Amino acid sequence: MDLSAINPVLLIASLMVAATPLLLAAIGELVVEKSGVLNLGVEGMMITGAIAGFATAVESGSPLLGFIAAAFAGAALSILFAILTQFAQANQVASGLSLTLFGLGLSALMGQSYVGIKPPQMGDIHIPVLSDLPVVGPIIFGHDIILYFGIALTAAVWWVLKYSRIGLVLRAVGENHDAAHALGYKVIRIRIAAIMFGGACAGLGGAYISLIRVPQWTEGMTAGIGWIALALVVFASWKPWRALLGAYLFGGVTVVQLNLQAAGVAIPVEYLAMSPYLITIIVLVILSADKSSAPASLGRNFHASR
Amino acid sequence: MKLTNLLTSAAVALGLAASAAMADTTKVGFVYVGPVGDGGWTYEHDQGRKAVEAEFGDKVETVYVENVAEGPDAERVMTQMALEGADLIFTTSFGYMDPTINVAKKFPNVKFEHATGYKRADNVSTYSARFYEGRAVQGTIAGHMTESNIVGYIGSYPIPEVVRGINSAYIHAKKVNPDVQFKIVWAFTWFDPAKEADAAKVLIEQGADVILQHTDSTAPQAAAQAAGNVITFGQASDMAEYGPKPRVSSIIDDWAPYYIARTRAVMDGTWESKDTWDGIGAGMVGIGEISDAVPADVKEAALAIKASLADGSYHAFTGPLKKQDGSDWLADGETADDGTLAGMNFYVEGLEGDIPQ
Repeated sequence: MDLSAINPVLLIASLMVAATPLLLAAIGELVVEKSGVLNLGVEGMMITGAIAGFATAVESGSPLLGFIAAAFAGAALSILFAILTQFAQANQVASGLSLTLFGLGLSALMGQSYVGIKPPQMGDIHIPVLSDLPVVGPIIFGHDIILYFGIALTAAVWWVLKYSRIGLVLRAVGENHDAAHALGYKVIRIRIAAIMFGGACAGLGGAYISLIRVPQWTEGMTAGIGWIALALVVFASWKPWRALLGAYLFGGVTVVQLNLQAAGVAIPVEYLAMSPYLITIIVLVILSADKSSAPASLGRNFHASR
Repeated sequence: MKLTNLLTSAAVALGLAASAAMADTTKVGFVYVGPVGDGGWTYEHDQGRKAVEAEFGDKVETVYVENVAEGPDAERVMTQMALEGADLIFTTSFGYMDPTINVAKKFPNVKFEHATGYKRADNVSTYSARFYEGRAVQGTIAGHMTESNIVGYIGSYPIPEVVRGINSAYIHAKKVNPDVQFKIVWAFTWFDPAKEADAAKVLIEQGADVILQHTDSTAPQAAAQAAGNVITFGQASDMAEYGPKPRVSSIIDDWAPYYIARTRAVMDGTWESKDTWDGIGAGMVGIGEISDAVPADVKEAALAIKASLADGSYHAFTGPLKKQDGSDWLADGETADDGTLAGMNFYVEGLEGDIPQ
């Protein structure tokens, strides 16, 4: 056992990378659920974003273009969910699940010719002086732009939900869609916008995996991160900063447990392997003791005539 | 009345025609643990399936199911294949061992072939490749080329097959570089690109400049490439797209000749249950081209090991060897028997850490 082999600076830097896909997907889903819609299709939208972003990046040579395409692909797939649940009044749980299955199949089909190809690299930003600082440099100033975007998005979503008029309307729709409708807000329209935002975020998260974290395309490569994002939103009590904390915690323990294994710590590997799930859930359960409850209309369909 | 009769006879005729057509073709099923596009393990099995189709043309019909989880789901898939008239079913992952035995009991007329396992029955054969011979070649290259003297190893599950690979690689790395140290991370998955990439990154951060993997995706290769001065080896498939560096060589599984031979045996009626374990010599384990990133003298040493393994003059586990706890295992010049190798659950002397139980 040799703990000195673990470099804490590199550890923190890599846990931020490991957490970003989860964070992006969770923030998107948080907004969707705040509007009163439960979209279980996160995994499907992520994997679709992963292949759409990968394919676009490979064809165009630009990772940034890939991320934009991934956001559009995720949003496009979420429109399918929006049509089913908002217009056809289909059950949200069933529609979300089928969206995941559909996304997994669709991505496998789209990805047939992209197996084993290397995507163009997305460089880390490099700020002179700042990025070269010891400790702080690699942790704060040495990442790719999407990682910063994820944190900025968390801040933006928090601010919008808490302080802006749009956020207030969105929350009203999520808490009581009948009252919001009576006040003259377009419930369906607002929800569709939220669903598309969630889809775009999930797509970005997926593309982060296929373009930066791994980076390559393989079928089923999101490997359940979409589901963890869903759980994270609940455990984070629908609060953006807690989602960020949860994502970093999860990413962190994932990376730490591999580090501990490599350093030869004498803890059975099975415990280490389950620790990310366990620790994240325990911490968030403790945090959510203040009884913030779910949006009251979560998962309920709205129809103006009822 | 007439119409009903007509329909009935048509249906009967169709049924007869269908069963007649069935009798002509041999149906071969494949159960895969990952996607056929993984670029590694499952990809090579699917190449074998395609070779069977190419060899027999219309006389054979192949079906496959990919991404089948090890466990009860595998049993369901195999049962379905057997019910649909498969004559021969290849189950291509270690974790399918018990499901294969269970399903084989229910379908005594269907032949089963289980890869990398050790349980057989009258209608269940086992087959595997001596991947550890390939690991010996990798270990030789790794021992010569590491500068940090730290070799990272991404294990999948702690099963004999993987432990054998770790031991073989370590023995041969140690032989050429007494200071070499192995860092082993267990991923507990055959295929999870994100996790494999994380594992590779962690090993590199902890100083490894050679990464060996026993997982199926190319993610560790990509991670090594991003890190720069790290070398890797293709696993199960050539992974040549990551050459000449980081991927400097590879172990390639070639299942095609075996799959063709076994399919032919079913057609001829000569199929019987047996255990096949072939290595470099028989061509079941191939060593991918050693790239120019490897110095000429190292390449020569690796090829010499490969040649001696192929002609049988050298065994990858030749004494004197001790177990991790210091007890004697093989005396000087003694070679390991297949029984011990098949159930190998211990590290050799010098490796650190415990095998998860």
